[in-house]
Amino acid sequence: MTSARDRILAKVRAALADVPPGPPDADPPATRAYRTAHTEATGPALLALLAENLADYRAVVHQTTSARLPELLAEILRAHGSRSVAVPADLPPEWLAATHDMTRLIDSPDLTAEQLNGVDSALTGCALAIAETGTIVLDAGPAQGRRMLTLVPDHHICVIRADQVAASLPQALPRLDPTRPQTWISGPSATSDIELERVEGVHGPRRLEVVVVSGRPQ
Amino acid sequence: MSRTFLGMPPFPKAAAVSTRNARLRANLTRATHTIRDKRARAVAELDDWAELRQSGREIKDRTLRHLDHYLLQAEQAVTAAGGTVHWAADAAEANRIVADLVRATGESEVVKVKSMATQEIGLNEALAAEGITAYETDLAELIVQLADDLPSHILVPAIHRNRGEIRDIFRGSMARWGRPAPEGLTDNPAELAEAARLHLREKFLRAKVAVSGANFIVAETGTLVVVESEGNGRMCLTLPETLISVVGIEKLVPSWQDLEVFLQLLPRSSTAERMNPYTSLWTGTTPSDGPSNFHLVLLDNGRSDTLADQVGRQALRCIRCSACLNVCPVYERAGGHAYGSPYPGPIGAILTPQLRGLQNEVDASLPYASSLCGACYEVCPVAIDIPEVLVQLRERVVEQAPGHRLERAAMKSAGWLLDHPAVYSAALRTAGKARGLQPRRLPLPGPAKAWSDSRDLPVLPERPFRDWWNRRDDRNHGHTGKDDAAR
Ligand code: SF4
Repeated sequence: MTSARDRILAKVRAALADVPPGPPDADPPATRAYRTAHTEATGPALLALLAENLADYRAVVHQTTSARLPELLAEILRAHGSRSVAVPADLPPEWLAATHDMTRLIDSPDLTAEQLNGVDSALTGCALAIAETGTIVLDAGPAQGRRMLTLVPDHHICVIRADQVAASLPQALPRLDPTRPQTWISGPSATSDIELERVEGVHGPRRLEVVVVSGRPQ
Repeated sequence: MSRTFLGMPPFPKAAAVSTRNARLRANLTRATHTIRDKRARAVAELDDWAELRQSGREIKDRTLRHLDHYLLQAEQAVTAAGGTVHWAADAAEANRIVADLVRATGESEVVKVKSMATQEIGLNEALAAEGITAYETDLAELIVQLADDLPSHILVPAIHRNRGEIRDIFRGSMARWGRPAPEGLTDNPAELAEAARLHLREKFLRAKVAVSGANFIVAETGTLVVVESEGNGRMCLTLPETLISVVGIEKLVPSWQDLEVFLQLLPRSSTAERMNPYTSLWTGTTPSDGPSNFHLVLLDNGRSDTLADQVGRQALRCIRCSACLNVCPVYERAGGHAYGSPYPGPIGAILTPQLRGLQNEVDASLPYASSLCGACYEVCPVAIDIPEVLVQLRERVVEQAPGHRLERAAMKSAGWLLDHPAVYSAALRTAGKARGLQPRRLPLPGPAKAWSDSRDLPVLPERPFRDWWNRRDDRNHGHTGKDDAAR
């Protein structure tokens, strides 16, 4: 008996008898007449667009400078009433320089979802952000930790540097590495399953706070 | 145990019970109109929508024309990244593969992300028969599962339930499945969502095996993509040790770059968002981050047969956004359950008969469950000409067995439509906009003329329809959506 694989491939080939044999490149390439971006904004205008779109999908957006970042993060954690925060092992140490009296859980392969379930907040950086859609992308790269770190706690604080902001999806994709596990986040988790009424927060963090760092020293 | 669509009555019968239920109808109307309007606004934000749509269509067509090539490429890429690829020619093979994989882990529970492919193959029932419990984790799917019910919409499967019913379902059934509903639970949607969060959290934390589908597989990189809102997808894709993804062979896109097209088309068409809250992308396995065992089950189950029809093959471009449901005057009045498969609405009317091969009365009646108004084609983000495929399938029904019971079932569908003047006035309004899109053979000067002129529509059996339609009012009371739909 032939394998399912061989049977399926044989059926697919038989079904495509009308297609001249040869590699896909024998076909003309798909047209791509769409825009590479829907905004011409750059610099502060691009950051403003990102902030606007993030806020539109109910993320809480803060804008600051790198000098003020530690203070702001301490404030955000305090305002949320957090007593513990989960962070990636390679979090820039200065980010939490102004945060005291707080239990820190450092991400490692041994940190379990069960442990994270008892943590108040998670603090990470990101791989990049997309201004047009109000999206942050995590890829388990620098200052991000494993995927579960930003999933299990109910509060996620994500820091974005100005140079990490891409205008659009077509401009963001080439900057991302497909081999890395990615989570694209556009606002806190939400459902509209009950009479189409939007409810924020089902299983992911119910509160998403994004800190956009302009980088210019104050 | 959730119900299956097997043994559903053909379209007109199932539509009749749905249309009798006033509440279901009201819920559906409100929901479809709300999503439809929001979608139109989200699409209008992009002045290059037509170009994106054209690219989406061309990329999918190219994929389908060289499907064997891209399947092999994806298999190689997934394998190289640490995944294991399985091939399933039909539902039974796919269910067997998944059940064996779960059993090999020694577990008897799996958590599931909403997946139409696994509904199509009846995976939950097959697993239950092997003593494996599958927990649905999408809120709407959870509601459907707790109520022992059937989904009625691709995107919002519990669209036929309102908040009071959902509270009663949670109170009545959560305890049987795990953590009970909180004391004093009200029908406030935020409270209901919180109850679901608590109920499912313990399941996510202890789950060792997850089953998912995927919205896309990138052939060149072996990357799978799951688009969602609630975070249940992230939970299932990240926390368990073993992940099994069952994906139809038509879900491929050739390149990483192609995602820039589909991740613009899908969220706006589907949930009317610039971007959905969460999109997960993974390629094989990653050491100490996420599942250490990843299995991809590539599912045919009628797709290669569909591919063989040069007109019908375009149905395989579908990215399951559900926009066509929300604009369809027939779906709005008949309800999702009338379509007798997990794929309701216009896409179901062309996909189900092709996947299953026009073998029974349900499948033969589906191509007639349409007024050919063309609204579905207009909104489809990959430009599937649904009316064109419907006409083609009608010809197949008639040619396959003239005068046969299948044809009679089909005629009953047509009769149901003729008995719903509102469907026609809605159809005409849309046709005004979409006239240029009509298949040539079926001009639409007026609804009745369109029907009687078309050569694939013999004289309609008027009387039996009048009979049941007139009787419907007597039975209009005391039915719940569940009882009606499940019959
Ligand atoms: S047929 Fe088109 S509109 Fe309908 S669900 Fe599929 S992609 Fe969406």
